[in-house]
Amino acid sequence: MIIKKAQAGSLESSDCLVTVEPADAYSMSYSGQNEAIFKRRTERIALEVAERLSASARVSIQDQGAIEVTLRARIETAFERAMGDGGVRV
Amino acid sequence: MSGKKNTNSACRSMLYMPGNNPGMLQHAAVFGADSVLFDLEDAVSEREKDAARRLVSHFVKDVDFGKVIVTVRINGADTPYFERDLKEIVPSRPAAVRVPKCHSPEDVTRADELMSEIERANNMPLGSVKIHAMLETAHGIEHAYDIAVSSPRIEALTLGGQDLTADLGVQKTRGGVEFLYARGRIVMAAKAAGLSAFDTVWTDLNDIEGLKNEAALAVQIGFTGKAAVHPSQVDAIHEAYRPDTKELRRAFRIVAGAEAAEREGKGVISVDGRMVDGPIVTRAFNLINLASLYGIEKEDDLT
Amino acid sequence: MKMIKNSLARLVPEEIPGVGKFEPYVSPFAYLDRKLTSPAIKSRPIHPQAPRHDKVTSDIKRAIERSGLESGMTISFHHHLRGGDAVIPLILRALSDMGFKNLTLAPSSLPDSHDFVADYIRSGLVTRLFSSGARGEVGRAISNGEIEIPVVLRSHGGRARAIEQGDIAIDVAFLGAPACDKYGNMTGSAGRAACGSLGYAQLDARYARHVIAVTDNIMDYPLRPRISIPQYLVDQVLLVDSIGEASKIATGAVKISRNPVDLKTARNAFDLLKASGLMTNGCSFQVGAGGASLAVAAFVKDYMKENKIKGSFGLGGMSGYMIEMLEEGYFEAMLDVQSFDKSVTDSMTRNPNHIEIDVSCYANPFNKGCAAHNLDMVILAALEIDTDFNVNVQTGHDGVLRGAIGGHPDTAAGAKCAVIVAPSFRGGVPTIKERVTTVCTPGETIGAFVTERGVCINPRREDLIRRARDAKLPVKDIRELKAEIEALTGVPDKPMADESRVVAVVENRDGTLLDSVYKVV
Repeated sequence: MIIKKAQAGSLESSDCLVTVEPADAYSMSYSGQNEAIFKRRTERIALEVAERLSASARVSIQDQGAIEVTLRARIETAFERAMGDGGVRV
Repeated sequence: MSGKKNTNSACRSMLYMPGNNPGMLQHAAVFGADSVLFDLEDAVSEREKDAARRLVSHFVKDVDFGKVIVTVRINGADTPYFERDLKEIVPSRPAAVRVPKCHSPEDVTRADELMSEIERANNMPLGSVKIHAMLETAHGIEHAYDIAVSSPRIEALTLGGQDLTADLGVQKTRGGVEFLYARGRIVMAAKAAGLSAFDTVWTDLNDIEGLKNEAALAVQIGFTGKAAVHPSQVDAIHEAYRPDTKELRRAFRIVAGAEAAEREGKGVISVDGRMVDGPIVTRAFNLINLASLYGIEKEDDLT
Repeated sequence: MKMIKNSLARLVPEEIPGVGKFEPYVSPFAYLDRKLTSPAIKSRPIHPQAPRHDKVTSDIKRAIERSGLESGMTISFHHHLRGGDAVIPLILRALSDMGFKNLTLAPSSLPDSHDFVADYIRSGLVTRLFSSGARGEVGRAISNGEIEIPVVLRSHGGRARAIEQGDIAIDVAFLGAPACDKYGNMTGSAGRAACGSLGYAQLDARYARHVIAVTDNIMDYPLRPRISIPQYLVDQVLLVDSIGEASKIATGAVKISRNPVDLKTARNAFDLLKASGLMTNGCSFQVGAGGASLAVAAFVKDYMKENKIKGSFGLGGMSGYMIEMLEEGYFEAMLDVQSFDKSVTDSMTRNPNHIEIDVSCYANPFNKGCAAHNLDMVILAALEIDTDFNVNVQTGHDGVLRGAIGGHPDTAAGAKCAVIVAPSFRGGVPTIKERVTTVCTPGETIGAFVTERGVCINPRREDLIRRARDAKLPVKDIRELKAEIEALTGVPDKPMADESRVVAVVENRDGTLLDSVYKVV
């Protein structure tokens, strides 16, 4: 259960900044230099995490060139932080 | 005689990488270090401990680092992160976790018990993730041997120089005289327990000469490897471990002699007209293993 | 536009309305088998002059009127003043104010900073563009389809060929002159806006119908101690307040990268050069000014020092590092078509072995022999490379024009061993593609692609593969490396493009077409 707005990651090169906010339905927005080629990949990863956690949330990702593992880790951390301490273990 | 070959992969260098820096982690395998050490401790601020832990666990689990040995430095047993670090890192199956600030055997046994629980819960072979115990206090150094034998999981003792200077109330010098005792003690305890011994870092990135001197000292004392804080330090460390050409030529002859003796069913190995003992043969095999890391596979490769 | 497939399976137009007909690319040296004939040599136009006639004016409009320039004609500029250039904005504004339309802009290249050119494309002042590249706002405008006639992108050698062969007929060349005398002798090695070599401008001065030296620095006649472009090629001397911002022309020395990924790449590239057997006495070498390329040069220098090797010449764009290698005796000469940083600027006046060469001498495949064809080794960068080793230095992964071709295909074709250095991925985007977005340099001319993760050698180069394996280099199949990287980054989608609308073409150095650039969606 998403109880608060939270962020993870950074705007450093090769990282991404993920923001997760409470919302009635899942939505995701992506921005960054790699939109033309990596928007769908990023959407897929974010959705996977959200579905696994059964969390409806508004997710936004500012991508600074993160590779897949980085994206996944940052998205998970953002979700966990948004779920509060002791949130569901991803 | 193949049993004489060193089955452990050589680990001359271990390159520290800040655990919350994806830009560095994604290139961890390319700098030529024998092992990398993803740091969740000093390199990560308090508020990013969770993020770094998750990032590192994904990297260790999902990224192919090839032949590079992957280890993770977790936060100490005296921090609130210790258990969570182990719970998340151990299932990602690094070769080892480095446990900092080992004051006494209890610090290791605590990590060991937790790791066994985690391995069982994750259907991992028991003891598959090793411990590198980091000694960085006077108390820890004085209990080096007890720590070394405190768990079968322990694979190496490592010297943590920066905290040790603080504990000793001394300054780090270029020659490293302040660590002479600690280095000797750690190497002796590690070897006595059949473990590896890893030397501390050289922090002045601009002083490659200083690093070379310190690495040479580490080799002379008997350290099996040395930590690096930057990719630019890896080559200097490897150079320090490069086998001496003359000694290597002799090693090739000893190994040839040993193989000939085995073929002919002789119990006694003789090289250059002299008898050679078992430990010397072992050392020759180890040296040849080491030489292969420098592209030297046979005597003809020596110039 | 009727499209035809070339030998690289790229669709290229047979004709660009308003520009002319084109042949599709066949192979790097197919031109040797073509029955090419020169246009009949006519005498040069004559310009009878009275003694002591006055060439100097400070009236821009007057100078333009005297040049005989009309709407629809072709103008050229050089890009030696780099990001500090104030000549192109000054002249284009004057032309715009005077009501010119429909001009062909044919500079040697466009500096990074010249976003304003896009406005003149939109206003109709410029309706055709021939350049080595297009970046920033200009690149975006072209990629968005804001210029109707496709832009023709050429390498430096290709542009020299096009000018000498008559494909580009320059009506008026406006040539920024950091030092100039009243009779039009000029050089780039002195003055407040000193830029070093004037190698690109030298060619335009020879072939333009009318040449205007644009200067902020008239020196005593005769200009000394060196003259890059002589007075008899110059019609007018236009005196202006400033031809450029010195700090952006003579930038600080390009530094060797300290980025460990770049250094690892450079180390791998150096190891390959060493294995190639080409680093011997009398060798020749070119590197770009990028940090990783320069790092290769640093390794080469150490190796030459250790092994007492003296090379013959260094070529191309000169950075301080190459001049240092000349001064310290590692090469006999540096052939300089373009200077990159401040430390190079006055070296030519001090050192007779630092030699200014014009761009035709540098790279034109159709003159009697260019220096690029004498090269042993060249280190080049890339935005993308494909599994067939075709290189893209022009369009980004989104398909937008953002680079310049420069001497890339010329030196790759000429050198015995062309090594592409690039990170295996940057900004999260893999460098290796199944097919590059735009072919700028054909894969047939590339020896190897080197990254921080290993060396990929072109399968066409069995000699190099053997040598690299003998030297135990980390040789990888380019497809394997591609898969290794995509396992990290994910597999990128193909960016959307409107393939019915060609916005630019890439011309090979011999005038055939390598590829088309399409409108982005």
